[in-house]
Amino acid sequence: MKNKVYETFAEAVSDIPDGSTIMFPGFGPAGIPRNLIAALVQQGARNLTGISNNHGRVGNQMDVGRLIEAGQMKKMVCAFTAATHPSQVLAFEKMNEAGEIEAELVPQGTLAERIRAAGAGIGAFYTPTGVGTELAQGKEHRAINGREYVLEYPLHADYAFIRAYRADTFGNLQYRLSQRNFNPIMAQAATITIVEVENDIVAPGSIDPDCVHSPGIFVDRIVRIPPDGIWETPV
Amino acid sequence: MDKERLDREVIAMRVAKELPDGACVNLGIGIPTLVSSYVPEGMTVLYHSESGVLNCGPLADEGEEDIDLINAGGQFLKMVPGMSFFSSADAFAMIRGGHIDVTVLGALQVSEVGDLANWMLPERGVGNIGGAMDLAMGAGRVIVAMEHTDRNDRPKIVKECSYPPTARGCVSLMVTDIAVIEVTVEGLVLKEVAPGWTAEDVQGLTEARLVLSPDLKEIEL
Repeated sequence: MKNKVYETFAEAVSDIPDGSTIMFPGFGPAGIPRNLIAALVQQGARNLTGISNNHGRVGNQMDVGRLIEAGQMKKMVCAFTAATHPSQVLAFEKMNEAGEIEAELVPQGTLAERIRAAGAGIGAFYTPTGVGTELAQGKEHRAINGREYVLEYPLHADYAFIRAYRADTFGNLQYRLSQRNFNPIMAQAATITIVEVENDIVAPGSIDPDCVHSPGIFVDRIVRIPPDGIWETPV
Repeated sequence: MDKERLDREVIAMRVAKELPDGACVNLGIGIPTLVSSYVPEGMTVLYHSESGVLNCGPLADEGEEDIDLINAGGQFLKMVPGMSFFSSADAFAMIRGGHIDVTVLGALQVSEVGDLANWMLPERGVGNIGGAMDLAMGAGRVIVAMEHTDRNDRPKIVKECSYPPTARGCVSLMVTDIAVIEVTVEGLVLKEVAPGWTAEDVQGLTEARLVLSPDLKEIEL
């Protein structure tokens, strides 16, 4: 069996080429693959497309906002394109206005379902979310049982960066609390799924099989976050 | 009596009366977040969060915050019995699959047929949809909690939304700082007014035409 365990983050992201599409999970501060993002900032790949709930946050935390500020992203697919407070204007908004980065705004549930659909081999699906809004313009509509729906296509990625609480060498993953969010569906929707894990990578059988949230079939590379992980953001 | 506007806490208090015992509820950011503080004791309401948490309870005490335990607003939660955690796909299956009984949302505008606009100011060119479009379409009942007029004193209850809509015809009830208004097939029915306010006062601050309820009364908390 191919070894999935990598020693360093640099090694785990070294082959990511310019122009890749990458998924970045996380909700607020929870479940963000900060170490992999930091490694990608250092690796320097450019013209990337990001799929993420948001485009990063204010402040100094390591998230997809760093890749945006570094000019590595050409497009973001996300559910939030403005700052959470109207008084803030983030790098993303300025760059978007200047035409330096493209944005595709997607309702959060449609974003999740498009990612899920990609992982599950669904060709497309109809949803009522977005009907009657500018997001549905130009999309195929269909009335089903008297209700109007809009056609949405899956979102695939070349890579998914994942944050997990525990992992074994087969790549079985367990998440903790609301860290889970987009992690399991993004792990399924990418060609290569790379995981940063908070605890020692254990032998198969050490994680209760009933507590595996992402089975190892979806996982390609695993890196243990060093106990002194420098990219941890304190509460 | 002075025509005072109700404060945000009182709006939240009035909204809380609308939640049935045992309901699964999703609260938006702003005034809606305050609603949970006013649910009567003895009643069970299960709060859902897009962050992948059901049965959200109180916020974490200072010093007890856990970076992995957050609500949709990014606030840290306390662990409470009966909580469950799930992926974003499941969080939105709950919303889009009709499993959420009530959502309480803020609004920039609501139209006379219950169209909701709450995700984008056109002058900014960017917006935050988050889960709003899914909630507006998927929840059993959509209650809007908001100030009656915007910061420039313009009516927020309008004939047609000039801001980009979030969803069409989705709003059931509006609770504002001066009135309670129900969206019906006959139009917007004014059901309750804040103390000291008349139906004419409320209409004066509302662009859409209001139909007076035969049972029009002062807001009861």
